[in-house]
Amino acid sequence: MSTAQHSQRIAKHNSRRRTNRIALTLSLAAMAFGVFWLLWILFETITLGIGGLSLSLFTEMTPPPMAETGGLANAIMGSLTMVGLATFVGTPIGILAGVHLAEYGRNSWLGNTTRFVNDILLSAPSIVIGLFIYALVVTRMKSYSGWAGVLALALIVIPIVIRTTETMLILIPNTLREAAYALGSPKWKVICSITLRAASGGVITGILLAVARIAGETAPLLFTALSNQFWSADLAKPMASLPVTIFKFAMSPYENWQKLAWAGVFLITLGVLLLNILARTMFGKKV
Amino acid sequence: MDAKVHNAIVEAPKISVRDLDFYYGSFHALKRINLDIPEKKVTAFIGPSGCGKSTLLRTFNRMFELYPEQRAQGQILLDGDNILESKLDVSLIRARVGMVFQKPTPFPMSIYDNIAFGVRLFETLPRVEMDERVEWALKKAALWTEVKDKLGQSGAGLSGGQQQRLCIARGIAIKPEVLLLDEPCSALDPISTGKIEELIHELKSDYTVVIVTHNMQQAARCSDYTAYMYLGDLIEFGPTAELFMKPKRKDTEDYITGRFG
Repeated sequence: MSTAQHSQRIAKHNSRRRTNRIALTLSLAAMAFGVFWLLWILFETITLGIGGLSLSLFTEMTPPPMAETGGLANAIMGSLTMVGLATFVGTPIGILAGVHLAEYGRNSWLGNTTRFVNDILLSAPSIVIGLFIYALVVTRMKSYSGWAGVLALALIVIPIVIRTTETMLILIPNTLREAAYALGSPKWKVICSITLRAASGGVITGILLAVARIAGETAPLLFTALSNQFWSADLAKPMASLPVTIFKFAMSPYENWQKLAWAGVFLITLGVLLLNILARTMFGKKV
Repeated sequence: MDAKVHNAIVEAPKISVRDLDFYYGSFHALKRINLDIPEKKVTAFIGPSGCGKSTLLRTFNRMFELYPEQRAQGQILLDGDNILESKLDVSLIRARVGMVFQKPTPFPMSIYDNIAFGVRLFETLPRVEMDERVEWALKKAALWTEVKDKLGQSGAGLSGGQQQRLCIARGIAIKPEVLLLDEPCSALDPISTGKIEELIHELKSDYTVVIVTHNMQQAARCSDYTAYMYLGDLIEFGPTAELFMKPKRKDTEDYITGRFG
């Protein structure tokens, strides 16, 4: 090789290394920027919230302003009830619709339309869903209610579960389906015993992520479940929830309310974090 | 093609293909195929990629019906009944005509349930008999000694060759009459391939075996009859020894001697 050729190669090599270093620095800086805010949020939540942690948080009701004691028991119970029921209602609908999209309607007119509408629903602002349920349920029943909150949250769960179920099922190779059909298996059996089972890890992850999402939603509950100062397990009545209570307490001038709001933020963050970790470690591997 | 082969007729056929045309949408993939698959023998389909050998195999259990743009015209007689027009449920045809694919496809369940899955579709067996059936199928597929202590473990944990034998065991367990093998060794190492070839040799005492292969030595080693296909036509069909030693047609000779394809 001639010296000219050689020095040209070195020059090219050096310029490539320079470009690489710049790109790496920029992407590292971008990552650091994102992680910095995330860690700050976590840090603030923990330092301000951990002080409010006590047994009374789980046993006592939300107090009046300036009271000495009080907790979030009614809000925690309300959140658990509504999130649980919304997941219970939304998951089967989401899985069934996802199965239809992936196994029956991949290229059908109905499937494509459903997929399009679902994408819109998936990105709809949650406050729109809250207002929709307000107009549909609350104004007709002439009362805010836990049920209205459950419906609004379920409407958020459904598109998430549809999307993850469909995506996970499409990832299952067709060879696996063919192998099951080759044994003389009917379609429903192939779906239930083979494809859904093979996709189960991803589907469960999707459900857990949907739960994490609705656990922190405030907007859809504001005009539906409203809130409740007292312990009420009656879903026909207004129901307290952690996000709405936090919203109300954090905006107040009362110190005891603000403290409880931070404790509530801490609880939600911890819960969502645990759900995410659970989703990724326990069920994420199979995907 | 007026020189269409008519030597493709054998005595006591298990499957007879008559004037079979096959289309992928508007693409004419199989052109008037006439062929008899002899019973309890191994028949190999060879030919270059895209010649239609897998397509032909997939008509024998109507696997192509999963895809709406694919259609077959003509007759495929299984013991004299046209399965393409038969009012028979396709599940019952597939119970008689089993299939093993190119890539091993263990189901996401235990080794035991992989075998039992197909059996349960057609039979309700008490536990003891099911255990016997699973053992029988795994022994037939020469896998029993390797997995007998871990039947409860996932089938996905086996090696590629073991997985493929598991798939063969799964196919045998429902007691089909015909076994279709679509390049069953192409994803396997030579040792696993050797085991599967031995297996094919033993299977033909009970089953009619049809194997698609890219490997001509494999066709020569383990088949009794061979069909050479090219661009959707059946070029030549006959006893394997004859076809390889003194092929009747120049095209076949060129292919098997490696001058083409």
